Amino acid sequence: MAEVLVLVEVAPDGSGVRKTTLEALTAARALGEPSAVVLGAPGTAASVKGALAEYGAAKVYVGESEDIDAYLVAPKAEVLAQLVAEKSPAAVVIPSTPEGKEIAGRLAIKTGSGFLTDVTDIAADGTATQVAFAGGTIVHSKVTTGTPIYTLRGNSVTPEPAPGAAAEEQVAVSISDAAKQTRVTDRVVEQKSDRPELTEAAIIVSGGRGVASAENFSVIEGLADSLGAAVGASRAAVDSGFYPHSFQVGQTGKTVSPQLYIAVGISGAIQHRAGMQTSKTIVAVNKDPEAPIFELADFGVVGDLNTVVPAATQQITARK
Amino acid sequence: MNIVVLVKQVPDSGSERSLDSSDNTVARASADNVINEMDEYAIEEALTVKESQGGEVTVLTVGPAGATDAIRKALSMGADKAVHVTDDAIHGSCAIQTSAVIAAALSQLEYDLVICGAESTDGQVSVMPALLSERLGIPHLSGARKLTVDGSTLKVERQTDGGFWALEAQTPAIVSTWDTINEPRYPSFKGIMAAKKKPVSTVSLADIGVDASAVGLASATSQVLDFAGRPPKGEGVKVTDEGDGADKLVGYLAAQKIV
Ligand SMILES: Cc1cc2nc3c(=O)[nH]c(=O)nc-3n(C[C@H](O)[C@H](O)[C@H](O)COP(=O)(O)OP(=O)(O)OC[C@H]3O[C@@H](n4cnc5c(N)ncnc54)[C@H](O)[C@@H]3O)c2cc1C
Ligand SMILES: Nc1ncnc2c1ncn2[C@@H]1O[C@H](COP(=O)(O)O)[C@@H](O)[C@H]1O
Repeated sequence: MAEVLVLVEVAPDGSGVRKTTLEALTAARALGEPSAVVLGAPGTAASVKGALAEYGAAKVYVGESEDIDAYLVAPKAEVLAQLVAEKSPAAVVIPSTPEGKEIAGRLAIKTGSGFLTDVTDIAADGTATQVAFAGGTIVHSKVTTGTPIYTLRGNSVTPEPAPGAAAEEQVAVSISDAAKQTRVTDRVVEQKSDRPELTEAAIIVSGGRGVASAENFSVIEGLADSLGAAVGASRAAVDSGFYPHSFQVGQTGKTVSPQLYIAVGISGAIQHRAGMQTSKTIVAVNKDPEAPIFELADFGVVGDLNTVVPAATQQITARK
Repeated sequence: MNIVVLVKQVPDSGSERSLDSSDNTVARASADNVINEMDEYAIEEALTVKESQGGEVTVLTVGPAGATDAIRKALSMGADKAVHVTDDAIHGSCAIQTSAVIAAALSQLEYDLVICGAESTDGQVSVMPALLSERLGIPHLSGARKLTVDGSTLKVERQTDGGFWALEAQTPAIVSTWDTINEPRYPSFKGIMAAKKKPVSTVSLADIGVDASAVGLASATSQVLDFAGRPPKGEGVKVTDEGDGADKLVGYLAAQKIV
């Protein structure tokens, strides 16, 4: 069976693979037999091999070097290009993160291939599905040159376990000077949350300008915690300083696709919709009956969030 | 420090957008075309760097003949001059082909720094700067929420989940900016008037030494096979809170087996 390379996204805190990796391994099976590629500092592969075997990786290529961590993106693309040259895979599948997309672009140039970003599905003949224009249009596309490279949008494929041998193969890593031009001098974590990761969460409760203050975001957090959900925010909420930028959902924030998205005090501007329109179920709470978010909502409550949301939280908590 | 800012003209994200059913490319002729919003942050950053370091800001765009609004906007914000690469052969190019055109145009300009937006709102590919970095062999500092210039050393805070990475590289380099990096200025009346007199050079593929057969739909590295509007969602339910909004909301969640 044809081999498909899947680039592994390792959780930054060393807790294993990100869910995006399991999704990519699952999607890759449509095209052939997935082989996982783990690139990072020495010791990276140790924490992730189990999960890769569980989700069907036949092989695990391990490329470890301090240089991969010390320089931005380019070293990973270089090692991956070397693997593509050696293994002639049928395709390469990469999680659609900012880094993943940069790697895909560089790899495409290095290997003379075409790429498709943010795909939500890959068919056996290589045709990919993409969602364009803030979710309004569904597109089918195909790579016509070289080794097809796909970046897979998070939460669009349900990870399915499959047995894999996960046979480890070390890759000799020697990074060229050309790939060592942008040095990463520090990695700073400004906030940590115990809630689920936005892009991986099954339920998201997002607050907008209507929440009115940073303190009042506790209303959003309360509902989120009662549902085991992640917290999101609109850009207006972020710009007003109610919530940190890393929780922003939308065109210039995160693209999310949870089972349930609850938009509270959010009007539903096109740039916000761009990041959440593919959510399976959308619920909105807004005091303005004309708010565009209601056009998207499966269920909408016209009302003041400050009364509706705390009452709902209380009822949900009481049901447990 | 000479800076080139890359700007793209795109269909207004606030208006109805679609693909053209004759060839499955973005319908640009029928759309309300504007500057890619994300590129305004790149222009603002270039102007800020120029104010502290001196030099010139050149706007570069690759796009159809009508793509002049984006150039005007950049010039009225304060950029010094513009290069507009336009050629019928470019129509339908994929990102890889476009990157070859931009790279060729860049190599005819003198620059220490190239600044671009993190993504365009039509394609939302967000790979152009990486493609250019790869082609030109210059470092890419991506996703900047902060840029500091110290002689030939560039420092960037790259926006990440829950924080940032500190990046460092030497010029010449390409920096892509997030919308968290600054607050783009509005063009002043004076700026708008001055823009009318600023030089805009329109160049063809032949002028920058790109073979027309290397670009365009026919030789694109990927192709759109078909497209369709997303099936409209079934009409949702909307209730008005009359003291029972929470009950109804929780009732809905319960019916969906969420609670
Ligand atoms: C380049 C660019 C990129 C952008 N990227 C993003 C992005 O990634 N994400 C994003 O979200 N936006 C983005 N935007 C901004 C976007 O255009 C909107 O400005 C933003 O989404 C509005 O946020 P909002 O809905 O919270 O605020 P508003 O539009 O002000 O809406 C607030 C809503 O709250 C309601 N409300 C007020 N008080 C109450 C109450 N007590 N109870 C119930 N409801 C109440 C109001 O009726 C209103 O509908 C971007 C814009 C640009 C130009
Ligand atoms: N045709 C183009 N002409 C000039 N700049 C472009 C063009 N396409 C993309 N860019 C630049 O590259 C950035 C990222 O675009 P993209 O990769 O298309 O999402 C944009 O914000 C622009 O700064």
